[in-house]
Amino acid sequence: MAKTFPGGVHPPEYKELTRDKTIEDFPSPSKVVIPLSQHIGAPCEPRVEVGESVKKGQKIGDSEAFVSSPVHASISGKVKSIEPHLSFLGTKISSIVIEREEEGDEEEIYLEVPEEPTPDDVKKIVREAGIVGLGGAAFPTQVKLSPPPDKPIDAVIINGCECEPFLNNDFRLMVEKPDSIVDGLKLIMMTLSAKRGFIGIETNKPEAIKIISEKVKGESDIEVIPLETKYPQGSEKHLIKAILGREVPSGGLPFEVGAYVQNVQTTVAISEAVRKGKVLTERVMTVSGPGIKNPLNLRVNIGTLASEIIDYCGGLTEDVGKVVFGGPMTGFAQSTLEIPVVKGTSGLTCLTREMVIPTNHPLYCIRCGKCVQVCPVNLVPNTIASYGYLGMFEDAEEYGALDCIECGSCGYICPSRRPLVQLIKFTKAKILEEKKKKK
Amino acid sequence: MSEEKKREGEKKKEEKLSRFIVSAPPHLRGPEDVSRIMLLVILALLPVTVEAVAMFGIFAVQTILLCIISSVVTEAVIQKIRGLPITIDDYSAVLTGLLLALCLPPKVPFWIPIIGGIVAIGLGKQVFGGLGFNIFNPALVGRAFLLMSWANHLTGDWYKTVRVDAVSGATPLFVAKQLRAGLVNVDLSQFYKPLLLANPYGSMGEVSALLITLGGLFLIVMGIIDWKIPAGYIGTTFLLSWLLGGDPIFYILAGGMLFGAFYMATDYVTTPITGKGRLFFGIGCGLVTVLIRFYSNFPEAVTYSILFMNACTPLIDIYIKPKKFGAVVK
Repeated sequence: MAKTFPGGVHPPEYKELTRDKTIEDFPSPSKVVIPLSQHIGAPCEPRVEVGESVKKGQKIGDSEAFVSSPVHASISGKVKSIEPHLSFLGTKISSIVIEREEEGDEEEIYLEVPEEPTPDDVKKIVREAGIVGLGGAAFPTQVKLSPPPDKPIDAVIINGCECEPFLNNDFRLMVEKPDSIVDGLKLIMMTLSAKRGFIGIETNKPEAIKIISEKVKGESDIEVIPLETKYPQGSEKHLIKAILGREVPSGGLPFEVGAYVQNVQTTVAISEAVRKGKVLTERVMTVSGPGIKNPLNLRVNIGTLASEIIDYCGGLTEDVGKVVFGGPMTGFAQSTLEIPVVKGTSGLTCLTREMVIPTNHPLYCIRCGKCVQVCPVNLVPNTIASYGYLGMFEDAEEYGALDCIECGSCGYICPSRRPLVQLIKFTKAKILEEKKKKK
Repeated sequence: MSEEKKREGEKKKEEKLSRFIVSAPPHLRGPEDVSRIMLLVILALLPVTVEAVAMFGIFAVQTILLCIISSVVTEAVIQKIRGLPITIDDYSAVLTGLLLALCLPPKVPFWIPIIGGIVAIGLGKQVFGGLGFNIFNPALVGRAFLLMSWANHLTGDWYKTVRVDAVSGATPLFVAKQLRAGLVNVDLSQFYKPLLLANPYGSMGEVSALLITLGGLFLIVMGIIDWKIPAGYIGTTFLLSWLLGGDPIFYILAGGMLFGAFYMATDYVTTPITGKGRLFFGIGCGLVTVLIRFYSNFPEAVTYSILFMNACTPLIDIYIKPKKFGAVVK
């Protein structure tokens, strides 16, 4: 019996659209837009000037802050401008625009790496390579690799759930680069001196379970854990609950229960950075959905505009209704395609008008309780949303609004089609705003 | 010419922009919607309805249709007056009408179902603001109103006019009441079979305990209703009746008990929202039902027990909250 957590939903998976498509290298674009803030933490300061020539892999932005990660040029060329550019969040973020000067093979800068890396080497290389969580949250990885000394980590979990519908990039990496994943896991375990390693994979990816299981056959301290196919199985806290049976305390982080969770693609990036000195200038993403003509898994340079990727995939269909950065449960709908791919962009999901329209007519809550049944953090979403709607933020907080992980399960299941997640996100922002004021 | 081209270009640009809908996640929506839920409940009620019609004929058809029409028209008229969008296409008023009809006897004067529908929707639902806001189960509000106003039409000897083989004016529950009072001496187990398959006494929704239970199980399997309410209700009734010296099987099969447990006590709007709260609600319904059946002058208690627990629902929701994920003492 595959392990799991209580609650959750079973949205249609749509994985078959790109399941068997080998990762393709997207042709290096002639222009990239690299936002100086692509991750949780302090934004970067530009380290280049307009007009300067840069090489692929060269650091072009960095910050002194502890929670931060540098950004690098993802193509070789000239810095054309440093200006605010529309990001996938709908806000303008200061970005470095690089344009290629001449065609041809590009030179790429690699980091210098030691043959026998120590834990400190790993942390340093991970930071210099600009690695952040590639599952979507984009948390700087070296920060995660440095838990407080009084909180030892005993279990490292590689997150191979990929529970978002449509997305297949983690699955393809597990099939195509299993060695890098196992190597990355060992590096993380070494860095944290963790004794046990787990790779959690949903049962809808039997091929990946088989391949990875074979790779770790001889390893007594690494185990592949098949997990029930259920959304949001890939949520960090729920993965820990399913595999270790530990509950991360409300408002806390995984290290508080001695656990460390890392997404598959990040693990590959760690391995490639530490072994080969590869800087994070590309990422694998799934371009899928019934709204795109030729769904593909692509290795794309960070900063490539979505419009170019969509053209490469044969363009959008006539009946396209929504283009989403990320997966359909938590991703961000876009108004235009001139948006750069960032480190955390796991996919482009193109939905048809027909799939999207029913959300436009919310009814009142009929108190069916389905949101309560599916909420993976055991909240009462309808009540929190109603309090938020009425401006009663203190009551919403008492009901646990801040514990919401914004997975979207309640919004998916709601028969009245209420925008529950939107209301709760709004409520959370308001609660945090008021808290700041009080301070 | 060039200006025309420019305008065309702008138009194209606009078209391109408006191709995309921008809204908050999640971008996928589940298959459930309100009207589908209502239709599934109506579907689950069809076997009972069909048997009622088969047993009582044209009278049943008349009562059922009048209840539904009166409910739907009342909903539409009130929404029209209030200037709200008319939402009779969510089938909730149809369901209320059908539920009301099934807790009435088959032959009643034609104005009884009409008034029942008006009261159920008007007083039970729309005065509170419509679907999602009512405190009490609308169909039961309608039934309670009729029961208090024209008890003779609801519990009188209507059946003599439709069933020639009806020899006694007493519903099984009334017989049980007399038995407890020592007025008659009967074995209640003789009622098991008719109550399960074809019971001519009482309301139309009481014709067959078997069909009602099958419909209820269908709704549980389909994930429409939560098993905790009927389980709590039926379990408590069984246990308490038995402890108080009654025949527990009889007390579950008789009256509107099963109909109430599966279709009335599971109404979303008027019952608690959490699983634990629902179990508590079901237990409360069972408790009140048995107390009324055993210690009051009324033979039947399902209507009032559910209405009573409806009133307790906000309180239950305040005190029973699910334990948050990770809510441990740090």
